[in-house]
Formats: sequence, C-alpha cells, structure tokens
Amino acid sequence: MSGLALASIFILAVFVGFEVISKVPSILHTPLMSGSNAIHGVILVGAIAVLSTSHGPLQDALGFLAVFLATINVVGGFVVTDRMLEMFKGRGTSSRPGGRPPSRPSAGRPR
Amino acid sequence: MSHPELVGAIDIVAFVCFILALKGLSSPPLARRGNLVGAAGMLLAVAFALAFTPLHHLLLLVVALVLGVAVGVPAARLVKMTAMPQMVAAFNGVGGGAAALVALATFAQRGGLTSDGERVAILVDVVIGSISLTGSAIAFAKLQELMTGRPIVYPAQQRVNGAIAIVIVAFAVALLAGVGGLALVLVLVSSLALGVAFVLPIGGADAPVVISLLNAFTGLSVAASGFVLNDTVLIVGGTLVGASGALLTRMMSQAMGRSLTNILFGAFGAVVTATGTAGDGSDRSVRSSTPEDVGTMLAYADRVMVVPGYGLAVAQAQHTLRELVSLLEARGVTVTYAIHPVAGRMPGHMNVLLAEADVPYEQLEEMDVANGELARTDVALVVGANDVVNPAARDSPGSPIYGMPIIEVDQAKSVVFLKRSMRPGFAGIDNELLFDPKTVLLFGDAKDSLAKLVAVVKAV
Repeated sequence: MSGLALASIFILAVFVGFEVISKVPSILHTPLMSGSNAIHGVILVGAIAVLSTSHGPLQDALGFLAVFLATINVVGGFVVTDRMLEMFKGRGTSSRPGGRPPSRPSAGRPR
Repeated sequence: MSHPELVGAIDIVAFVCFILALKGLSSPPLARRGNLVGAAGMLLAVAFALAFTPLHHLLLLVVALVLGVAVGVPAARLVKMTAMPQMVAAFNGVGGGAAALVALATFAQRGGLTSDGERVAILVDVVIGSISLTGSAIAFAKLQELMTGRPIVYPAQQRVNGAIAIVIVAFAVALLAGVGGLALVLVLVSSLALGVAFVLPIGGADAPVVISLLNAFTGLSVAASGFVLNDTVLIVGGTLVGASGALLTRMMSQAMGRSLTNILFGAFGAVVTATGTAGDGSDRSVRSSTPEDVGTMLAYADRVMVVPGYGLAVAQAQHTLRELVSLLEARGVTVTYAIHPVAGRMPGHMNVLLAEADVPYEQLEEMDVANGELARTDVALVVGANDVVNPAARDSPGSPIYGMPIIEVDQAKSVVFLKRSMRPGFAGIDNELLFDPKTVLLFGDAKDSLAKLVAVVKAV
C-alpha cells in the first residue's frame, strides 16, 4: 500500500481512537487502560512477520525475542483485563455521574 | 479470494473488533464483552499471520509463542488484585520492547538499505518503544516497592533529560544522513536511558497516570512498526491505542484534579515544600486508641462512613470490613462507603475490592455525594487511606497534592484512622488531620484491627 494510503489510515484511526472512548466512568479507567494495553499487543503480528523473514543468528534472536515479548503482552493483557472485569459482573451497571441512581440497577442479579 | 485480499479482509475484521473492544471497555455493562471481542479480533489476526509464515522458522516461532503464553498467563492469573497496576505496567513495557525489536530486526534484515520514510518510522518506533520499555520498568519497580515510591530528583534534572533528548535527535539525524547501524544502536541506548530518567522524578502515587501515558506511547510505536512493515492492522491497532490512551491519560489526571504537566514535571519544584511540611510533624502527639474504644464508638453511632484506601487492599481486609459493617447495620447504624476516584493505586481499585467482598453497589458513594453527607456523619472510619483524605490538598497551596479533590472526613464529628504506622501516605506527605483533636488512631494491620473491632461490636 502506498505511504499516502497508510498515512490516511493513520489519521482516520487517530480520530476513531479519540471518539470511541468519550466519557468513561472513573471505575473503568484501569480496565480500559489494561484492555487497550492488550490491543497494542497486535505487534505480535509484526513480530511473527519479522521472525519468518529473518536470516542469521542476530536477526533470529531479535525476532524470537520480539515474538516472545509480544505474546506476553497480548495474552497477559487480555487475561488480566478479564480478571479485573470479572469483579464487576452482576453489579455496577450505571456509572452514576454525580449522584445516586434513582433505583437499583436492574441488570445485576443479587448475590 | 486471492491471498492479499483475504489478508486485507481479515485485517478489516480485526480493526472492527478492536474498535468495538474499546467502545465496550468504556461502558460498565459491556466492558467484559468488549475485552473478549478484542481478544477474538486479536486471535484472528495472529492466526492468519501464522498461517502465512514460512515453515523454516516454525520451530523458533512456536517456542517463542509457547514461552510467551507460559509466562503471560500465569503472571496475569496469579497476580494479586493489589498488584494489578504494576502488572499492566509490565505488560505494557514488554509490548514497547517488542515494537522496538521489530524495528531493529527489520533494519538488520534490510541491511540498513531503507528509504527515508522507513528510517523515520524505524526511528520513531525504536525511540518511543524503548522509552516505554524502561519507563514502564521504573513504574513497575516503584509500584512493586523495589525502589522508593517517592519522586527521585537531582540537580539540573530537566537539563539532563533535555540533553539526552538532544543526543537522541543527533544520532537520529546521523542515521538519516546514512551513518548506518551504529547510529541506530546509539539511538536505542539513549532512548532506553531517557525512559528511566523520565519516570524517576514521578511519584509512585502518580504512576498509574504515567503507565497510561506509556501505554499510549507503546500504541504509537506499534503504529510506527506498521509503517515499517507496511501492515495496516498494526497501524490501526497501534493508533487506536495511542489516541484513546492519550485521551484516557488526560481523563485520569483530571480525576486526580491535576494537569498532566503537573504530574509529569511537578516534582521538580514541589519537593522542597513537601519535605518542609513533613519535617515539623514528627514531634507532635497523636491520639492512639484501643479496639474497645473504637468498637464502642462505632456501635453507638448513627451514621458511619467508611473511607477505604490502599491499606485495605494490602491487608486483604475487605471481607472483614464487610463483616464489621454488617454487624453495625444489624444494630441500626447507617453505614456507607465513600469511594475516592483514585483511592488505592488505580482508579476503580476500591470498587473492585469491595465488589469481591459482596458489598452492595448502593452502599458505595462517589466522592461528591459522600462529601455532602460528611457533616452529619458521626464517625468517618478511614481504613488504610491517607492522601485522599488529607486536608492539605484543600488548604495548603504549597503541598504537592494541592488541588486534588479529597473526601473531607475532617467535616465528620469524629475520625478514626486504621493505620499500620505513622508513615505518611504514598505521596509522602504528612497528614495534619492525624493530629486533629477529633481524630483517633488505631495502629496495626487493617485486617487484624478490623477483626478486633468485629469482636468488640459483637460483644457490645
């Protein structure tokens, strides 16, 4: 793909990234950080591509290390985010900006 | 469908998954599903990358993947809830490292014979990825208490950091002028140094904001890798994280009532005043109390507000706290929990912890609501929190935490602190409230103290 096409994709992704997370309640700041942390683990795709075209011990070592680290990022990132969010299940369906909810949120089952 | 078209189609599915994941993660009912959608998109993208890998490196690849899973999954599964922020820092750091390695490996594979555009992308990738790697490592060390959580400052620090940045630029220009591999290695080394130097002066209490910023950095370096490798899924995935991460960093610093500039560079000026106020507190006396007195006080109160903090998480005392609160409620005491947005070491830390102990959601009050009720609260029970109730944030303009919104427990009729010691809070600032005549302290591990209080309240 041409450099210009890649640059257009980049610019559009910047705007999507800004728009997609407007107004996040503070209890979700950490899970969101952790979840987006897992998404940048997509570098694993690049690491795999680099390792598969490498020649010689130096390049192999760089590629191997890249795949290893990227895998930790992806797998650990999604698992740790899921663990954080597991704690919210069945409760906390409203973000309550500035006040109490009028009634008990209905989505949760009582535990 | 031809092979490039198929890859393109898979990439599109992966982008959509990533966008939906971020969207889901910003809304409580959809958050968990959002994370799973992101994971599904990732699985798809990685599976197709593997499907097109030549066989001659398959063994190496499989070993690296298996080792990565073998390290990543147990680390993520076994980490304690209290250590979550540093775990995120660690995962972020390795991601930044991977992005920098991808750029280095590509440069090596092409023998330095890259176009100017590619060199710029490689440089951006190496510089930002390396800063993210070492910066995250320092944030990890601060949160894990492998080193002091206080800001580390030395004379002319900003100049030193500026000098490192200039060195990076100089080597980068040399690389663009065609000096070759050595220049890139020097860029790498000086960027790794800058990551360390950049995070050292930031206090441990501010580390989550820094981790969020470094997370955005890693996103950008991944996007730069996408330009190097001509891969759209890296560009989109990395850029989404870079942009949303930047916005999230801003939201997190706003939740602490501070500007990002103040968090990143505030320590340079604030240290003198911080030590100044800390010095005069040591020889004054505080009122230390017994579990019997505090338990009786709670049992005969009408309204009690619990303000939990990091100490509760460290002691894993949430279940004991819940037990105490249930006993008090059975006696007719109205009990609520006041949740400061940044109590603990990550936003939402207390919500997660109390949810684990089955505390009903309706009992958790956000800071503004809690502050409206404190004047008619008999006892504010501060469990392992300090900075988030420190009136210095409201009253002393010289304090490093000045301007941070606090839970104003000093408005309550009396205040009980459960504390391990007189050690100041994570931000390293003395709390005047501890010396207030209406404050009593109950020293000890939060879980032990709460268990003693449970016994006392049962007996009353």
